[in-house]
Amino acid sequence: MQKYAPWKFWLIITVLIGAVMGTAPNVITVPSWWPAPFSQPLNLGLDLKGGIHLVVDVDIEKVISQQVSDNINMIRRSLREEKIRYKKLDSNATQVSVVIKKAADVAKAKKLLHKLLVGYEMKQTDDQTFVFTISESEAKEIKSYAIEQTIEVIRRRVDALGTTEPVIMRQGDRRVLVQIPGYEDSAHAKLIIGQTAQLDFKLVDEKGDLDAAMAGRVPPGDMIAYFADGRPILLKKRTELSGKDVAMARITIDSQSNQPAVSLKFNNQGARKFDRLTKENVKKRFAILLEGVVQSAPVIQERISGGTAQITGSFTTEEARNLAIVLRAGALPAPIKVVEERSIGPSLGQDSIDQGLNSILYGFIAVLLFMLVYYRLFGLFANIALAFNILLIAAAMSMIGATLTLPGIAGIVLTIGMAVDANVLIFERIREEIHNGKTPLAAIDSGYDKAFSTIMDANITTLIAAIVLFQFGSGPIKGFAVTLSVGILASMFTAIVVTRAITYLAYRNKKKIETLSI
Amino acid sequence: MQLIRPDINIDFLGKRKIALALSAVVLLASLMLIMFKGLNLGIDFTGGTLVEVRFHQQVKAADIRQALVPAGYGKAVIQEFGSPEEILIRVQNQEGVEASAISTAILDALTDKFGADQVEMRRVEFVGPQVGEELKTAGMMAVFYTLIGILIYVMVRFKLRFALGADAALLHDIIIVVGVFSALQLEFSLSVVAALLTVLGYSLNDTIVVFDRIRENFETNKKKKNPLDEVEVCNQSINQTLTRTLMTSLTTLLVVFSLYFFGGEVIHNFAFALLVGIAVGTYSSIFIASPIMLSLEGKFEMSEEELKELENRP
Repeated sequence: MQKYAPWKFWLIITVLIGAVMGTAPNVITVPSWWPAPFSQPLNLGLDLKGGIHLVVDVDIEKVISQQVSDNINMIRRSLREEKIRYKKLDSNATQVSVVIKKAADVAKAKKLLHKLLVGYEMKQTDDQTFVFTISESEAKEIKSYAIEQTIEVIRRRVDALGTTEPVIMRQGDRRVLVQIPGYEDSAHAKLIIGQTAQLDFKLVDEKGDLDAAMAGRVPPGDMIAYFADGRPILLKKRTELSGKDVAMARITIDSQSNQPAVSLKFNNQGARKFDRLTKENVKKRFAILLEGVVQSAPVIQERISGGTAQITGSFTTEEARNLAIVLRAGALPAPIKVVEERSIGPSLGQDSIDQGLNSILYGFIAVLLFMLVYYRLFGLFANIALAFNILLIAAAMSMIGATLTLPGIAGIVLTIGMAVDANVLIFERIREEIHNGKTPLAAIDSGYDKAFSTIMDANITTLIAAIVLFQFGSGPIKGFAVTLSVGILASMFTAIVVTRAITYLAYRNKKKIETLSI
Repeated sequence: MQLIRPDINIDFLGKRKIALALSAVVLLASLMLIMFKGLNLGIDFTGGTLVEVRFHQQVKAADIRQALVPAGYGKAVIQEFGSPEEILIRVQNQEGVEASAISTAILDALTDKFGADQVEMRRVEFVGPQVGEELKTAGMMAVFYTLIGILIYVMVRFKLRFALGADAALLHDIIIVVGVFSALQLEFSLSVVAALLTVLGYSLNDTIVVFDRIRENFETNKKKKNPLDEVEVCNQSINQTLTRTLMTSLTTLLVVFSLYFFGGEVIHNFAFALLVGIAVGTYSSIFIASPIMLSLEGKFEMSEEELKELENRP
């Protein structure tokens, strides 16, 4: 029999110790001196521990068109200041177009516009017309920023739900993945996450004619807004204060109406703005708009310099509390929409764990018995390797911080069936060699040698499928791909290296044997 | 123990015409089913909302439907899921309705009617129409890329005709599994696609083992004084690996049965796809891969004379 290199034994023992240590935190509470890489228990996926999984889509186009229309206002002001008259100034989703009135102003306007519209590509379509298109890199930057901000805001809101270890991360070009483990109330979560929380303070145009405006003659610089009950009101377009100026928001009870309300505390900048607003507009009204809907339009009785305000409306306590949460967390830079949800109740998660473990157990037992009956002593060798294999998968998954999902459990079950394949290949080869007249010991050696390249080819191709699966899969499917890959790698080690070592130990001192128990 | 005698010699390739004809019929039937009967696509691909609830007492489907009518979901698909207390409610995406709110409306309607302590939310899945389309494309691309990846790997390790034989067998397996899903109108979801990819990997594993032996036997055969022809070598190889093929299928089927019976409702269809796929995959690696590979003999490789001629060109 071929000599078996001692370092391989040491390797196996090292891996075995590592596998036991890595699996331990899943079974017992490990002591504090336990080495850090080995003290991580398996991460359970949301489908096993229950929780909320949302994918939201960020309305990126809106962010960009908002940016463009903001620029229009800035250009209008600057052109006016520089006394450059224009014939036309408008914008669409990604473009600003300006037509200058006098040819004499063109050069000056060009210089000014160029300075103002950083990140735009300029095209002069005729002598007096400029078209600025937002550049791709600029658009990309705006998008990235909007996504980052969205993640930030959602994180603050989810934190307010009082959950542990939520996952909030970018997914693809314009989506955000939100996972809240152990949280059940998906309706509430969606409500809290989904509100844009666009808060605006605008002055009421007291002099404007509301009836005329309703008939279509809106005074310049004004807009019509509506209360929740549908009453219209004429407002100045300009936003005096917004959600950005809010430092703190909490639920309170309005002393006059005894209704739930939300009290606001402005930050420094907001407090200054509010001070000026109330000072200059005593006895006038201002409106508080939430998501574009007028909540209230109180009269300013006197200057308010404390930097606080109160939003009253017809809120229930629940609504007021939610509003306080989202105002505290800040407004989303763009509207978002839930495009995918996979939420699992806690009882289903536990059932899945139980059923998954059961199917692993029964599958494992069935394969053990089968191998033992069919290959006898060598079947026992393969079974030891299989047990080692499962230990190794559990340890590897724990150590790399992979997440175990229900399909992942299916992957482990499948690996149990396929892991013995390598041994079946080897054992059949050994039987064949014996049948072809080799001595038992020589048959073992050549069986292992000849089966090796087959095992490699067969496993690498399965690995290809697993890698594609990982690339394409979402959440749970990824978990399946991970366990399948880890399982394949682990099984190659245990089936080839470990069984070989056991076989060597069993037969090394035998000079000659008549038959193998195979 | 031994199931198959070591000197077994079944003339598999002699029966290849029958096998290919049988497969052709099943393939055609599968394709017809897929085309005309279609698949019972799950919400992963159609988009829509799925709510799984558990009632603490048995509830009639009609009562559930009645509870959903005021909310506007009287047309929802209502079905038992594993046990009579467990109910699956499925609603298509609708124009003009904020789709992600449907699950909330359904749960509210149920708790209103039956009481909050009677109804337990087990699972909510919602897939927007856009995402459904994306997943559909992604699923098809995944199968496609796997086939390409395998084609390349087998081509490098073996030869092009082996690769084509392997891919033909794999395509055969996938079409039949999908055909079975169409015939039984089982729900075709994302996890079934994952099962398909696994079947690809598994069936290929089988095929590779046979091919590996064919390659080895081709080599030894060349050195023989009276070489066998290719068909005989293939037959010999399939026979030599037959025990292994059946053994591995058996152990894998054992665990997949365990998954199917004990793994729970959620992965039932996934396990079923694996069951069918492994059975078909075992068949195809014996009866499809090698015959196709053989029938492509000389199609893609230059003969030795042609190679010589190429070398002698100025």
